[in-house]
Amino acid sequence: MAPRALDTLPPRIADAAVPGPDQLRDLYRMLTNVRQLDTSAVAWQRQGLIPGYAPMLGQEAAQVGAGFGVDKARDFAFPTYREMGVAYTLGVNMVEYMSTHKAIWHGGLYDPVATHFAPFQAVVGGSVLHAVGWAHGQTLNGQTLNSSSTAGLGVALAFLGDGASSQGDVHEAMNFAAILTAPVVFFVQNNGWAISVPTEQQVAGGSVAARGAGYGMPAVRVDGNDVLAVLDATRRAAAHARAGLGPVVVEAMTYRRGPHSTSDDPGRYRTLDDEKIDGGEDPLSRFRAALLERGMADAAFFAEADAQAQARADEIRDGVVDLTSRPGSEMFDFVFQESTPTLGAQARQWREESEHV
Amino acid sequence: MSETLELVRETPLLQLSMQQAINRALGEILEHDDRALIFGEDVGVLGGVFRVTDGLQQRFGANRVFDTPLAESGILGTAIGLAMAGFHPIPEVQFDGFAYPAVNQIITQLARMNYRSRGRLPMPVTLRVPSFGGIRAPEHHGESLESLFAHVPGLKVVSPSNPQQAYHLLKHAASMPDPVIFMEPKARYWNKAAVDLADDQDSISLEGSVIARPGKHATLVAWGAMVSRCLQVAELAAEDGIELEVLDLRWLKPIDEAGLAASVSRTRRAIVVHEGPHTAGLGAEVAALVSQSCFDTLRAPVERVTGFDVPYPSGDLEDEYIPNIDRILFGVQRVLEYRRG
Repeated sequence: MAPRALDTLPPRIADAAVPGPDQLRDLYRMLTNVRQLDTSAVAWQRQGLIPGYAPMLGQEAAQVGAGFGVDKARDFAFPTYREMGVAYTLGVNMVEYMSTHKAIWHGGLYDPVATHFAPFQAVVGGSVLHAVGWAHGQTLNGQTLNSSSTAGLGVALAFLGDGASSQGDVHEAMNFAAILTAPVVFFVQNNGWAISVPTEQQVAGGSVAARGAGYGMPAVRVDGNDVLAVLDATRRAAAHARAGLGPVVVEAMTYRRGPHSTSDDPGRYRTLDDEKIDGGEDPLSRFRAALLERGMADAAFFAEADAQAQARADEIRDGVVDLTSRPGSEMFDFVFQESTPTLGAQARQWREESEHV
Repeated sequence: MSETLELVRETPLLQLSMQQAINRALGEILEHDDRALIFGEDVGVLGGVFRVTDGLQQRFGANRVFDTPLAESGILGTAIGLAMAGFHPIPEVQFDGFAYPAVNQIITQLARMNYRSRGRLPMPVTLRVPSFGGIRAPEHHGESLESLFAHVPGLKVVSPSNPQQAYHLLKHAASMPDPVIFMEPKARYWNKAAVDLADDQDSISLEGSVIARPGKHATLVAWGAMVSRCLQVAELAAEDGIELEVLDLRWLKPIDEAGLAASVSRTRRAIVVHEGPHTAGLGAEVAALVSQSCFDTLRAPVERVTGFDVPYPSGDLEDEYIPNIDRILFGVQRVLEYRRG
C-alpha cells in the first residue's frame, strides 16, 4: 500500500511558508556545522579522545530539517543515539551532548528539561512510547487549563529508524498515539541500514509511512536528503498535531553513509560502489547547489560558513578534552530522588574502600 | 499494635476489604493530587477486573481515569512520558504475569530515567500489580515478581498484607518521587479487616517492616498474602507453647535491614516464607542479611519455605506449590530442632 500523500496534511503555514534568504543561509550554516562536528567526532574516536561514536553522515538534511521544523519553546524531541544533528539544531550544548560519547554519563550532561531534548537513548525504539505519553500530557494540560487552544499544543517529536520500526514498542506507540489523538510526530529516518541489515530485510512492505494508514493517521514520505522538503513536511506534520488532530508519521528517506558506529565495518556487508549508488547525492552539496542557483549565497558565504563550522568543532573539541570524570559518588546520587538506607550503606562502603586503596 | 490505638479518634475504624481500601486510597489520591492519573486495561468503565478502580472514572472523569489499549509495554512507556510531562501516573498491569511484556520499559526506562537524566526527570510512577497466587487462576495469573523487581536498581517494591497496610502504603507510594512497584496480594482482596483512615504517622508507620505478631522463639519473615498464613501458623504453634514472631516485611526494596536484624536477634531463629520460586528468591536476600547481622546469635541456619523451582502450576495444584501451614510448620520445626554438629 502506498503511503498517504503529502497533501493529506494541512496546507503550508502562511507565516512560515517559504524560508526566506536568511533562514536558508541559517539552514546551510547548521548543515555544515553538523557535518563538521560529525566528521570531527569520528576523528576524535580514532585519536582516542572518545571511546565510540555513532556517525550520522548523510542524515544532516533529515535531522536539521526536523529540528528546524519544531518549536523549541514548547515542543519536545525524543532522540535515539544518532540525533546529534537534531540536538545541535535545537541548541543543546554540544560538549554536554558529546559527554555521553566520552563515557562520562549515559544520558549526556545536558539538561533535558531546559533543552526539550530527552536523554540520549540507547534502546532502539525505547523512547517512542515516552513521546506518546509526554504528548498525551500536553493534551491533558490543555484540557485541564481549558485553554482556548489558540496557542496550540506542544508537540512530541519521536525519532526512530527503519530498524526501530520492527520493535513492538513502535507499534504500541503508534496505536496508543492514534487512540489518544496525541500530538506526536513520528519522525522516521529510513537510512537504509540497521547496522548490517538492509531495509528490505527489515521493513515488510518497504515503507514505515505506509503503516500510518493502518492506524488511521496521516503519513508522508519525503526525500530525507532535501532539507527544505524535510522542513516543510515536519512543519506541516507538527501543525497537524498541534491543532489537536492527532499523530503523523514522517518517513525521511535518507542514507547512512558511514558505519553504524565507530566499531562497525560496513565492508563486511556493502561495497563502496553500493554506497556511492545507494547514497545518492550528498545532502550538503545538494543544498549548496540550490542556494547558488537561487542566488541566495555565493562562494564567499560558503567559505565563511565552512570555516566557522571548523572553528566551532574545534571549540567543542576543546570542551570535550576538558570534560573530566564525574565523581564516583554520583553513581549513587541519581538512582533515586529519595535514596534508601541500603544504597546509602553501599555508598559509604564504596567511599571508605576506594579512599583506602 | 491495636493496643496502642487512641481511645478517642476523629476518624472511624472501617471494616473494609483490601480491594475497597485500595479503591478508597486511589480516590483520595486523585482528589488531593490533580497531577495523579490512573490508567490501564479495563480500569475505566468496568472498574478493573478486580473492581479496584470501581467508580473512579465516573467520579473523576475519563481524563484522570482511562482505559488503554491492551498492551502493557505501551502502558508503562506512556506512563514514563506522562511523568516526564509532570504527571503522577498510577498505571495498573492487570495481572502479575502480564507485567512481563512491560519489563523492558520498566527495567531499561522507568528504573533508569532519573539516573540517566541526573535527577532532572524523576519518575513518580506507582505501578499497581495484582500479585501472587491463590485464586485458582489460569496460567500467568499467579506470579511472584518481587525478586525480579527488587533486583533492578532504581525501583522500590512494596507489598501490603492487609487492608490497613494497603490503604496507607498506597497513598504513601503515590506521594513518593520515585517509581514504586505496588504488589497487591490478590488472594487477600476480599478479606475484610479494620482500617484506621487517620493519617497520623505516629500510629501508622509507612517505612520499613512491622511486627504483625510478637513472639520469642523464632521469627517468620513474610510479605503479602503469606503474612496472614504465617499468623495462622503462629496461632497454631502457640497452642504447643511455641511463640513465633511474625515480621511483615512490607518493603521488599529497600528491605528494612534494621527491623529484620532487631527481630531475629531477639528470637535467634528465622524462617522466611514466600510464594515465589526458591532459587534466587527474595528469601535468599533475607537469609544473607540475617546471617550477616545476626551470625553470632543465630541458633540455626535461616530456613526458607517457598514456592518450588517450577512454573506456577494449575489451580488444581497450587495448594501444593504455595507454602501451606504444614510446610511452614515443618520449617519451624527444622529450625527449632537444629543442633550444631
